[in-house]
Amino acid sequence: MSDAHNTDPHGGELAISEPIADPGLPAHTWRPTDVDPAKEKRAERQVAGFFGLSAICTVLFLVSYFTLDIDDDWHVFAGFGASTMALGATLGLSLMFIGIGIIHWSRKLMADNEISELRHPANSPEEDRTATLEALNLGIEESGIGRRPLIRNSLLGAMGLVGLPAVVLLRDLGPLPGDKLEHTIWGQGVKGKPMRVVRDGIWTPILASDLEIGDLVNCQPDALHNPERYDIDPTEVEGIAAQVHKSKASLVLLRMNPEDIKPGKDKDGNSRENWTVDGIVAYSKICTHVGCPISLNERTTHHLLCPCHQSTFDLADSGKVVFGPAGRPLPQLPLGVDDQGYLVATRDFDEPVGPSYWERDYYER
Amino acid sequence: MSVDLSKVASTNGSTPAEAKGGPKAAGAIANWADERLGLGTAMKKNLRKVFPDHWSFMLGEIALWSFVVLLLTGVFLTLWFDPSMTEVQYNGSYDPLRGVHMSSAMASTLDISFDVRGGLLMRQMHHWAAMIFIASMMIHMLRVYLTGAFRKPRELNWVIGCLLLLLGTIEGFTGYSLPDDLLSGTGVRAADGFMKASPVVGTYMSFFLFGGEFPGDSIIPRFYAMHILLIPGILLALVAAHMLLLVYHKHTQWAGPGRTEENVVGYPMLPVYAAKAGGFFFIVFGVITLLGGLFSLNPVWKFGPYDPSKVTAGSQPDWYMGWPDGLLRIIPAWETHIFGITLSWNVMLPILVMPPLMLMVLIALPFLEAWITGDKREHHLLQRPRNAPTRTAIMVALMTFYGLSWAAGGNDIIAIKMHLSINQITYFMRGAVFIGPVIAFIITKRWCISLQRHDEGKLLHGYESGVLVRSPEGGYAEKHLPLPVEEAYRLSARDNDPTPETVEEIESSGLAGRHLKLRKLRAKLAAVFFADNVQKPTAEELHDAQHHAEHELHELEAQIAAGPNKHGPADH
Amino acid sequence: MRLLNRSAGRLSRHRRGPIAGLMVLVCGLLLTGGLYAAFAPAQADSNQSQEALVKEGRELFLVGCAFCHGQNGEGVLTQGGSQYGPALTDVGEAAVDFQVGTGRMPMAQPGVQAPRKEVVYTKEEIAALSAYVGSLGTGPQIPDTELYSTEGMSDKQLEELVVRGGQIFLANCTACHNFEGSGGAMPRGGYAPKIRGVDSKHIYEAMLTGPQSMDTFSDGNIPPEDKKAVIAYLETLDEAPSYGGLTLGGLGPVSEGIIAWLVGIGSLVGFAVWIAAHTTRSSKQKDEVEA
Repeated sequence: MSDAHNTDPHGGELAISEPIADPGLPAHTWRPTDVDPAKEKRAERQVAGFFGLSAICTVLFLVSYFTLDIDDDWHVFAGFGASTMALGATLGLSLMFIGIGIIHWSRKLMADNEISELRHPANSPEEDRTATLEALNLGIEESGIGRRPLIRNSLLGAMGLVGLPAVVLLRDLGPLPGDKLEHTIWGQGVKGKPMRVVRDGIWTPILASDLEIGDLVNCQPDALHNPERYDIDPTEVEGIAAQVHKSKASLVLLRMNPEDIKPGKDKDGNSRENWTVDGIVAYSKICTHVGCPISLNERTTHHLLCPCHQSTFDLADSGKVVFGPAGRPLPQLPLGVDDQGYLVATRDFDEPVGPSYWERDYYER
Repeated sequence: MSVDLSKVASTNGSTPAEAKGGPKAAGAIANWADERLGLGTAMKKNLRKVFPDHWSFMLGEIALWSFVVLLLTGVFLTLWFDPSMTEVQYNGSYDPLRGVHMSSAMASTLDISFDVRGGLLMRQMHHWAAMIFIASMMIHMLRVYLTGAFRKPRELNWVIGCLLLLLGTIEGFTGYSLPDDLLSGTGVRAADGFMKASPVVGTYMSFFLFGGEFPGDSIIPRFYAMHILLIPGILLALVAAHMLLLVYHKHTQWAGPGRTEENVVGYPMLPVYAAKAGGFFFIVFGVITLLGGLFSLNPVWKFGPYDPSKVTAGSQPDWYMGWPDGLLRIIPAWETHIFGITLSWNVMLPILVMPPLMLMVLIALPFLEAWITGDKREHHLLQRPRNAPTRTAIMVALMTFYGLSWAAGGNDIIAIKMHLSINQITYFMRGAVFIGPVIAFIITKRWCISLQRHDEGKLLHGYESGVLVRSPEGGYAEKHLPLPVEEAYRLSARDNDPTPETVEEIESSGLAGRHLKLRKLRAKLAAVFFADNVQKPTAEELHDAQHHAEHELHELEAQIAAGPNKHGPADH
Repeated sequence: MRLLNRSAGRLSRHRRGPIAGLMVLVCGLLLTGGLYAAFAPAQADSNQSQEALVKEGRELFLVGCAFCHGQNGEGVLTQGGSQYGPALTDVGEAAVDFQVGTGRMPMAQPGVQAPRKEVVYTKEEIAALSAYVGSLGTGPQIPDTELYSTEGMSDKQLEELVVRGGQIFLANCTACHNFEGSGGAMPRGGYAPKIRGVDSKHIYEAMLTGPQSMDTFSDGNIPPEDKKAVIAYLETLDEAPSYGGLTLGGLGPVSEGIIAWLVGIGSLVGFAVWIAAHTTRSSKQKDEVEA
């Protein structure tokens, strides 16, 4: 090898000579395929056999592709989608057989003499380093950057500033938060028509008498399905806009024994006694930890569990956290009934829903 | 390249085969290319470049090849995937969702699964390959760390590797989110919560990333751009740099007869290594394809489209996000409310502080160790994990922390499968993530040192032959026989640890102030780092021990000859 | 290729086939006959037989249930004052039919949650027990078959019902029972059980009565038609093939991660060991052979 070997300039002091002398590379030994022509032939046939199996699998892949249906009428094989399974198995085996064949070839038939190559240290030879440093210094000298601080400093200043457009250009990625996180569509009821609470997915309003003790209802604001009733432009509750509303307004409604409820205090320190209707309480469905929807309720304990990180809230006790990482109680929605007896939100939540954030206030229940 | 199969084995002489001018076609192509590209010089050395052979050297290859599979299957998926959050009514082939409103992204994911033949296979392969990509990067990293392959001159390659792991994880998360299904949407929602928890700028970051209030209409297209362009571009560049450095440094190797710091012994790139690496590519590809065909993964049609009001039990991220998710689960409800603002430690610590901290610790490990040991030499021979007990123990402690956090991320599944209470699991984990690593550290360190003693015993006293000898007094002893010289060399060919500086030495060195303090700290750390390690025996010790053993053996044999059982079986 | 059948992909195909018409006819005839046999005499003497049923149920109740639930179903408290066996006065027939019909009751030992197990009582005994407990107070009745059965619906109707059911399932059920109905964990060792492969009647009763710690989904909460939709969706899940291969317990990313590590990384490391392993060696020398 042409690699020049330099001893490491820093080494030496710790490199104690080995207590046992290096016996050197062991002598090469032969494989059965090297010395026995019959075995060599057999290995050769095996390798070709693997490649042959691969070809067969590829053909089977093509057959599967053109014969097995998907779309609205899947072929089924032992309870599985036949197409996925057949395509995966045939293509997988076809690739694996190629791999196994090549490796078998390299292990049994390719020359297996170990060869040795000298290493070179990672650094460049001393003369190269000196030459490079010289060239570098010469270049800096000729540019005069060291002698002309005015040019250097103004360049640095300009370069620093030119980074700003890259940051500023990202400004229009999105609007500023404003107070959007503090309000939900529950507050958009109009006079005489407070926002009704409707069943999620079924979209029907709820009478207090509909529910029995122990019922849990997943709810949405009526406006999402019925915007005209609240003088809301329908485009404001379509598509993405609806998703935005749902991500704040989703609700769980729970009817429990009125005696079980310990009414807490609202933001102004008033009791929440009149926030419930016949033992029906309404809480935000959005976890105050990182915002997962949360409706795993234990009927017997009124404990609501979040499936993402197991924060547990007591719905009989102002939604206080009884377990897990959430740092604040679930916001409660004040409930009432409208003139037709349907459950409504008497006003918006008195605090932002969902995960905590920097600008968010807190009050004791 | 045409190769005559029948001739290959017979080329296996006792010296490397001489090139015989090569088959004509290959030569002609090589000439054509060289006259235009001048490849001859570059290829001269590299075609027969030596790669040492060990199974653990192929773990990084798994990562490389699964990355290639990701590129191939990913391109296939882009042909149909529509990264748009525009709401459409699904009218594809999957009946139970027909008529449901969803984003174009979700609808096109369903189309790939149900209306493109092989589409579901490709989706599953892409996802399995991603899981294997990150898993193999991690085991590759463990191998590199535990064998000391990160030492000079390879520290920068270690840093590149850490960045690859980070980028792979981000790439995985963005890809996981693209179908806009209920499970991944829940993950994105949590990510929104993480961002909002950032001090001061949290809500702004969230509104900018989502293009407005969560979920907005921009997150999927933006993730898509990152997922198929930005991150893969950086990944490719870093993978290239990683491999160029590997070629430049040449691969590390295990110590052994004829294998030293100055050479590299193994098979040449062409043909053996190329065949093995190429064959392994097909095997990785094949295994991922089989997984994709046989194991269902991320059945988005069952999750349904993302809806911020819906959720499913068992909402977990993919495995590589499991450990911060576990920390999120076990952290107590720590929030500070002061002056009308909120500091959410319960989110910041597990997800905004711990993962970057862990990454920084990983990146710093080689530099920290080099500073403590004061070792500035180049290392090309690997160390067995037992011969660096503190290093091994550090990694096992980190792994224990990772593993416990990871298990905490599956606490609900553990609870139902093992009939435990998630509350009890959480309480246990809160203590275990602190105590576990300490216990693991101590056990590992002592275990490594015992293994070192065991090696020393074999070197000095030979291996246990299994032959029992009875002495005249009736005691039994096992005959120890000296190790074969290759094995003895393998065990003894390692560095002894340096002796840490003493306080007097440092104080007499004339340093003062901060430098003196640092130097003392370093000496203390070095003393802890090397404490109780077993050094290899010197040549004299070996010689004495051998002499002693021979003497003992002779004595034993003499006693047997003179003792009560001097009669062999033939005398009876 | 007998395992390969073309019938299971689309909803509409389940209910069609050369013999299906005949089968429907035969089933219909049998059902009519059976129903007539079962109900005709009962209707004739309904009050008397109902009384007899309640009496039989009371006897069974005293033997099998009264120890925990009290002689008259009034419930039993522990010395500490906590619930030992809850009062059954207003749980209704449906609750008994569910609890005993799925083997949850009688419990093998006291505990927070009764697991599903082998059913102990015969159908007739369950009917008697239900009748007795139903007679103690108010509470939901055992639902009629047409409330949960999707028989006789047109393909189009069924498809619409399934789509609606899927959305209601995802809004109300998956949070605890998981997207595939595989179940999930609840606080303090509780769990939401697996709900696949459960009788449609029992699913309906569970929604109606809220067994163990489950919330109730009374008819004022989820209307009967929507309960049927959920059941239809669950039936579709049961019938649909597993399009992507083995479902690994339907537990989501945790089981997927385990497969990636054990099967994926495990087999690939295995291959790596094979690739790098030393091949067998011969004691012969090449020169000897060549010579």
